[in-house]
Amino acid sequence: MDLKTLTYIVVGLSFALYIGIAIWTRASSTGEFYVAGKGVNPIANGMATGADWMSAASFISMAGLISFLGYDGSVYLMGWTGGYVLLAMLLAPYLRKYGKFTVPEFIGDRYYSQTARVVAVICLIFISFTYVAGQMRGVGIVFSRFLEVEILTGLLVGMGIVFIYAVLGGMKGITYTQVAQYCVLIAAYIIPAVFISLQLTGNPVPPLAFGDTLRGEDTYLLDRLNQVISDLGFTQFTDGNKSVIDIFAITAALMVGTAGLPHVIVRFFTVPRVRDARASAGWALFFIALLYLCAPAVGAMARYNLTDTIQSGPVGAPDGNLVYDERPGWFQRWEQTGLLKFQDKNGDGRIQYYNEARFPAEQAQQYGWAGNELTVDNDIMVLANPEIARLPNWVIALVAAGGIAAALSTAAGLLLVISSAVSHDLMKSTFAKGISEKQELMAGRISAAVAIVIAGYMGYNPPGFVAQVVAFAFGLAASSLFPAILMGIFSKRINREGAIVGMLLGLGFTFAYILYFKFINPTANVADNWWFGISPEGIGFIGMILNFVAAFIISRLTAAPPQRIQDLVDFIRSPRGAAAAIAHH
Amino acid sequence: MSDNLDTAARRYWAANLRTVAICLVIWFAVSYGAGILFADALNNFRLAGFPLGFWFSQQGSIVIFLILIVYYAWRMNKLDREFDVDEQ
Repeated sequence: MDLKTLTYIVVGLSFALYIGIAIWTRASSTGEFYVAGKGVNPIANGMATGADWMSAASFISMAGLISFLGYDGSVYLMGWTGGYVLLAMLLAPYLRKYGKFTVPEFIGDRYYSQTARVVAVICLIFISFTYVAGQMRGVGIVFSRFLEVEILTGLLVGMGIVFIYAVLGGMKGITYTQVAQYCVLIAAYIIPAVFISLQLTGNPVPPLAFGDTLRGEDTYLLDRLNQVISDLGFTQFTDGNKSVIDIFAITAALMVGTAGLPHVIVRFFTVPRVRDARASAGWALFFIALLYLCAPAVGAMARYNLTDTIQSGPVGAPDGNLVYDERPGWFQRWEQTGLLKFQDKNGDGRIQYYNEARFPAEQAQQYGWAGNELTVDNDIMVLANPEIARLPNWVIALVAAGGIAAALSTAAGLLLVISSAVSHDLMKSTFAKGISEKQELMAGRISAAVAIVIAGYMGYNPPGFVAQVVAFAFGLAASSLFPAILMGIFSKRINREGAIVGMLLGLGFTFAYILYFKFINPTANVADNWWFGISPEGIGFIGMILNFVAAFIISRLTAAPPQRIQDLVDFIRSPRGAAAAIAHH
Repeated sequence: MSDNLDTAARRYWAANLRTVAICLVIWFAVSYGAGILFADALNNFRLAGFPLGFWFSQQGSIVIFLILIVYYAWRMNKLDREFDVDEQ
């Protein structure tokens, strides 16, 4: 069977599975729509959180980024996992005990202020739409490459699937679909990783193969990789280019941002008890770690395979480079997508791939090289990896299904928090207080549907900024929502005025800094101009500190929160009675 | 609420904060410490095929994060029972 037919079958089967689950788990109350009736098993919730959290970026882009960044890629590995420690210990159990539906609801209640609640909704919507546009783009790319349909068709199919299970099933439908999507995406990630590890090192466990010796030799994979790429003028894989302070700030912003992302936090509202929320955070990190421990291995091996394929002989030897006309099938297929580009600068019909900025010029001249001839997009590393390693077609089909699963599951989680913020926080609690539960549920469904259409449009017509604003989503979550929630639990003294000023200051500062360096004056976006040497990706860390400091000072200068709020904090801190808290609804 | 209960609640909260503080110190030490601030120095040591600082930043810290959350969940469940605030 040819690859295309096989891919259609595998992706089709996975869609049938999601839709089947969606029909089986229809939501019938707002409680089921927002938080799956709080009846989700912690292990299932951990898997759902994993799928929810691991987006198209984690599945498709991360290993590719690490592949080219090497040590600098650690910011993603530590940043996107370390946040779960903060979530598990500082937020999840308490928010579960509080037992409401949304993140803005907690902020509004704790700070006895509708203004605080609306500020939180604004942060949430901005964070979520930024993120979801990227997911829809990912859906389009996977469809167009693997199923060879127009990006628009791919997007419409993706939107249709998300529509069915997010709008019908709400959180309940999404949760169980995400469990299925987790299984698809982790299988799709690990199977090729195992094959490639076996081929290169003979060790079938990718995280261990990463540190193992090459098959039949006693050279370590990492040592060989370092040598191969540094011969071509690239930075060694185990070294980085970023400054220590920048690595520190980016890791911190990603960690705190992860803990502040509303679609992740809300997953901990869906388990029955406080102890389940703690356990669930552990399961979530376990399921995420399965992929995140493989990712650097996949990145390193893909880089080695790619370099080894192109630079097939010794550096500088006349026949040391791959002949373009003899390029493998994956090369030709990825050229069609524009993610891989070759330009024969010296006209020798062979592919030269090296870092012309750092490779000694006289040596290049001596070899007859006229510059680097290959442009590789990060994103192809995971998707093309099975083909580069010549794995069977069913593995490639599975990777396509996995990429779509990763993008759809995250998109659905984000759309749900947008829709509950609109129907629950803006309509039911602020602007249309009189509506019945049935009307609220309908409003939730309609706003989910509208959000899907907007997301689809942004995926098809990405506003120029989408690719550059991942930093936005994390920076804003880190500098606005996380400190407000954390202080609301761990301090009884932080009051309404402090929290609102803190959120606005953190948000405003982070927003302005990113806006300036990414859009207003992008040419100034170099280390010399950054404050304290911190790039826009890491500035959320400073925004977070400003938020904390401002909230603390303003709270000291204004009246303490009323007694009932201090009692509320005491109530949140003690686990007993979380199950009973559900009865209030 | 009687004084007795009040003190118990305060002691429970203090024990909780201690647990979290210990975990976060380790969390900081493995990621920001071993993985970033002292990575270069640690890279002089090797763990199988890995320079040690590099290993902490790409794999070691993730494994330790996981162990920390498991420990925290176990320890808090135990504290909940000791202070009689667990959910029945």
